[in-house]
Amino acid sequence: MNEMIAAKDVRFRYTPENPYAVDGASMTIRKGEFVAVLGANGCGKSTLAKHFNAILLPESGTVTVEGMDTRDESHLYDIRQTVGMVFQNPDNQIVATVVEEDVAFALENLGVPPAEIRARIDEAMQMSGIYKHREKAPHKLSGGQKQRVAIAGVIAMRPDCLVLDEATAMLDPRGREKVMETIHHLNKDFGITVVSITHYMEEAAQADRVLVMSEGHVVMEGTPKEVFSQTEKVRSLRLDVPQAAELRDELVKAGLNLPEGIITEDECAAALYELLK
Amino acid sequence: MAAIIETRHLTHIYNAGMPDATTALEDVSFAVEEGDFVGIIGSTGSGKSTLITHFNGILKPTSGQVLLDGKDIWAKGQDIRKVRFAVGLVFQYPEYQLFEETIYKDIAFGPKNMGLSEEEIDRRVRRAAAFTGLPEEYLERSPFELSGGQKRRVAIAGVLAMEPRVLVLDEPAAGLDPEGRDMILSQVKRYHKETGTTVLLVSHSMEDIAKYADKVLVMDQKKIAMYARVDKVFARADELLALGLSVPQVTKIFLKLRQMGLDLPQDVYTVPWAVKTILEAKARKEAKGEETTC
Repeated sequence: MNEMIAAKDVRFRYTPENPYAVDGASMTIRKGEFVAVLGANGCGKSTLAKHFNAILLPESGTVTVEGMDTRDESHLYDIRQTVGMVFQNPDNQIVATVVEEDVAFALENLGVPPAEIRARIDEAMQMSGIYKHREKAPHKLSGGQKQRVAIAGVIAMRPDCLVLDEATAMLDPRGREKVMETIHHLNKDFGITVVSITHYMEEAAQADRVLVMSEGHVVMEGTPKEVFSQTEKVRSLRLDVPQAAELRDELVKAGLNLPEGIITEDECAAALYELLK
Repeated sequence: MAAIIETRHLTHIYNAGMPDATTALEDVSFAVEEGDFVGIIGSTGSGKSTLITHFNGILKPTSGQVLLDGKDIWAKGQDIRKVRFAVGLVFQYPEYQLFEETIYKDIAFGPKNMGLSEEEIDRRVRRAAAFTGLPEEYLERSPFELSGGQKRRVAIAGVLAMEPRVLVLDEPAAGLDPEGRDMILSQVKRYHKETGTTVLLVSHSMEDIAKYADKVLVMDQKKIAMYARVDKVFARADELLALGLSVPQVTKIFLKLRQMGLDLPQDVYTVPWAVKTILEAKARKEAKGEETTC
């Protein structure tokens, strides 16, 4: 079986008086894939993400994780072991008073032997770049460092699938880059499936596949190149487009001849060099 | 123009004298002129937040001075409360600080503590709400019924209602989507233009700083790395990248083109400007081409 997560016609609202936050969303996440889910605030992306490890259950439609229906309570433990979630605000995810104890929290609850806990948390802390802070109190760390503690805690559980719900929103560019590097490393070298919910177009540009949500369902899908070269459509969904794509479009409008599908600075620089050399 | 905020040899050490003493700021001297819009950037741990919390006396310098209108805010006889009314600080994720029953009461909290009259408070609440784009009919609602982005506007309105002379915002757009981000930042810009209030904006986003600020203060490892007009700072793109800061993608494209040997300016940091520069370079190349064929 090739499917990690499959959502079919998922509808969900928080209360019957509210409109549907997720409204007919369908998507398949394949094993080993790195998928970015983009969308403006209120598009339902975070609500849908919470369905991926059974924090929320669909009102209608189905969500399956490695074939397990999230509505089947007997699978709950397995589903939570399979899909690890990292949220936006690190302060809501940290429980212990020492960094390494916080990273070890879930492993202790899972009954992992102490020697293995030591090895796994050391590795996780190194991968997230917080190893040197391991004996500090989390409240003495900056926001970005705290978020990397939270990410280390999930990485230490070695889930098959990592769902990141705007997990880098509070990090500085270098911190964000480090975290993204870590996540790509986990994806490539350990085969961990990654679903990254974000509104950072730069992060989505590094994914294998991009899904764009609007009004509770998926409205665009494809490789980053396929999605971001449609600058007008992406903008109409209240999202950013890469400046490289914007620059290319503006120059074409001004009458210059430039190839399609430019989204990275290297592609843009190469095309402009051809034009101006 | 006179400096409204100034630091002189400002050093701050957390837990000074303790085994875990950590220096967060080291010998920082700079001045902000009245009416400036200054962007403050720097990676996590560079000292940005420690710096801005000195401006209204939340933190006291370990050594050095913080001056408001040329007066040391910690000098004898200075009323620190007055400093706090003059310098309004909007923290990161300010929506977590909302607590009142209604949006009106929450925005009115600051002005009330300033001892203003009811009429003046009412005027200020409505003005601040209008600036942040909160409709009148929202004022009697509970702030907890609002979306995250709207809550943040209430929190910012609460600081604007104090009508500080200096408005300091720490990552006001963090976690918002592009539309929410542009809305909040353009409201801050409009407020700056219409009232002449001095604004200090902390941001991780070079694109935002490029778009809204006039001057940039770059912090690196507890010290000031650069402090100059936006175009002068972006002209040093390679240095910014070496400090671990990102520069706008167009700036990187121009950096690459220059490395490839093209003669292009260094200080391009917005798309419209990049378009203009490329079109000019293209026209120059064609003019030159005609010369050689002639």
